[in-house]
Amino acid sequence: MSDYSLKTIMNKPERLAPGHRMCAGCGATIAVRAVLRALHEEDQAVIGNATGCLEVSSFMYPYTAWEDSYIHNAFENAGATLSGVETAYRVLKKRGRLPEDANFKFITFGGDGGTYDIGLQSLSGAMERGHDMVYVCYDNGAYMNTGIQRSSATPMYADTTTTPVGKQSNGKMQNRKDLASIIADHDVPYVAQTTFTQNFADLHQKAEKAIYTEGAAFLNIMTPCPRGWRYDTPEIMDICKLAVETCYWPLFEVEHGKWTLSYEPKKKLPIEDFLRMQGRFKHLFKKGNEDLLVQFQKEVDRRWEDLQYKCARER
Amino acid sequence: MAIKERMSGNEAVSYAIRQINPDVMPAFPITPSTEIPQIVSTYIANGEIDTEFIPVESEHSAMSATIGAEAAGARSLTATSSAGLALMWEELLLAASNRLPLALALVNRTLSGPININCDHSDGMGARDTGWIQIYAENNQEAYDNFLQAYPIAENPNVHLPIMICQDGFITSHAVENIELLEDETVREFVGEYQPEEYLLNPGKPIAVGPYSVSNYAMEGKKNQEIALENAKQVILDVAEKFRAVSGRGYGLFEEYKTEDAEYIMLMIGSAAGTAKQAVDDLRDQGKKVGVLKLRVFRPFPAKEIAEALRHAKAVAILDRCESYNGNGGPLGGEVSAALFRNKVMIEAVNYIYGLAGRDFTVSDACDIFGELEDMVQNGKEVEQYQYVRLRK
Repeated sequence: MSDYSLKTIMNKPERLAPGHRMCAGCGATIAVRAVLRALHEEDQAVIGNATGCLEVSSFMYPYTAWEDSYIHNAFENAGATLSGVETAYRVLKKRGRLPEDANFKFITFGGDGGTYDIGLQSLSGAMERGHDMVYVCYDNGAYMNTGIQRSSATPMYADTTTTPVGKQSNGKMQNRKDLASIIADHDVPYVAQTTFTQNFADLHQKAEKAIYTEGAAFLNIMTPCPRGWRYDTPEIMDICKLAVETCYWPLFEVEHGKWTLSYEPKKKLPIEDFLRMQGRFKHLFKKGNEDLLVQFQKEVDRRWEDLQYKCARER
Repeated sequence: MAIKERMSGNEAVSYAIRQINPDVMPAFPITPSTEIPQIVSTYIANGEIDTEFIPVESEHSAMSATIGAEAAGARSLTATSSAGLALMWEELLLAASNRLPLALALVNRTLSGPININCDHSDGMGARDTGWIQIYAENNQEAYDNFLQAYPIAENPNVHLPIMICQDGFITSHAVENIELLEDETVREFVGEYQPEEYLLNPGKPIAVGPYSVSNYAMEGKKNQEIALENAKQVILDVAEKFRAVSGRGYGLFEEYKTEDAEYIMLMIGSAAGTAKQAVDDLRDQGKKVGVLKLRVFRPFPAKEIAEALRHAKAVAILDRCESYNGNGGPLGGEVSAALFRNKVMIEAVNYIYGLAGRDFTVSDACDIFGELEDMVQNGKEVEQYQYVRLRK
């Protein structure tokens, strides 16, 4: 993996065909393509998908954008559904009903609504049972498919359609759930958090590790949504960069319980730099709301310190 | 050679599962079906079968994983009761619409609330419009025999639908009765290997399952499901015929007990049919022309066949072990009445609700019902057309 080259991996055949109906510049499809590039070309895969933007836009009967076998079942059960598929693979192999050289990998995609909220039980079950699969959460911080409703992944103060900013409201009142940490506490062999950085090396390497580590793995990928976050679509890479440089979205991995920071900013930028680019936080920059920014910064600092502490621990 | 044994309904279904040795079984414990995954787990632990058991964290996940496994190309099943089936409800619809021939051992128990663990049919009846085949048993022998026929029916290319094999909670599932079992070899030959045409794990031939179905296609998909369910009727009869050849036991869409010359017929599902048959025997001794029609196949609903079977009766008592909360009767009452009307069989039909949440149903209850039908027809007694049996006044 040390000889990673974006140019080389971009020449691999695409496993998500163009022509799907996701928005231009959508973070979810960028994440999917990046994860699938980490599959070795000779390996086949079964892709699972929770209900959400990705599913309704990539597999509209009679067309599918997926080059691999694909199963969408419902909103809250992507973890359980792929548990069944992965178990079927083991039993068909065991009983000699698949050729010796047929290698299948199992990857499921869910948005934050289908993962942090309604699908959490199913995900937790699949992780605890240790199915040899990767669950990828494309976290865009709200129920985007149904029209930008808050989820437990939505950051504090975000303006969503169920936490609208108004005379009596500054947006969402609660902090976001730390799902990567929750899944790490399931004692699975591999958990990582990533997003889109410069040459996609971080995402690629983590996806490859997740896919090729035996047992259950979880990837949490921040995938900006131009509609929900209200930024200029071409700015996606800048937004992701600022999420990392402000330590809003730190890059880390947890391998067999060992926490490691993948990247430490030389100079941690103030959270305003990340928030200012997004319409959903516009109200934070109004006169009189300075304290909200202070609160937001405090929360980012607290979580960053907690993460550093976890990463410094001997294991 | 048939094997003579004594076992409960749960043991009988588990024994059938052992003989079939299916590929994948995800399941979650719930009374009274819990014994089935327990017994299967023990078979696996002892190396008697090599089915993969998935101890899921809920019934919703049980059905979700069963769907995943079946779509992947594995013969799959689960077992549940009551609230477990209710929690699966969304997934029941998906199993059927994705045309997955998986099996479910349902041990009928009432739905909450208030919470109660005993038998009625509100769980199975609640799932009556989910697109599944539903076959009900009177006793452990039928539960066993029906389960052996499940996959040959469901996997038939003209059907390709999920199948629910139902037995009455505790009354059948926990009561030990005599039973005749088939040899393992006979069962394996009868059920055969599962050879799906298209599946997720077909190397080099990927498929996609569970699309967003646009309005332009969705309605045809639903009609195809309906056609498959209609096709199941003949397939159920064909499979029953093959089963008779290996077991000597015959099955139809329903069983007619002394109905040939019967003036009064009691129509019902499940274990209470045994009680009703005893009442028929007793009343026949007194010269009464009475009979029982025990419905085995509730989905697909054999409307025409039932209407024909009742054509020459004077009155039918339709017994529902389930309230439908529509102010008009139970599910069986509604469907049988519609069948009679549509086929122009204009006989008296009274709908009785009995045995909810484990309330006893006795031979004398059945005799009283036959008496009431006779009183209505012969003496013009006014009878409530939708009433409860053994209700505390």
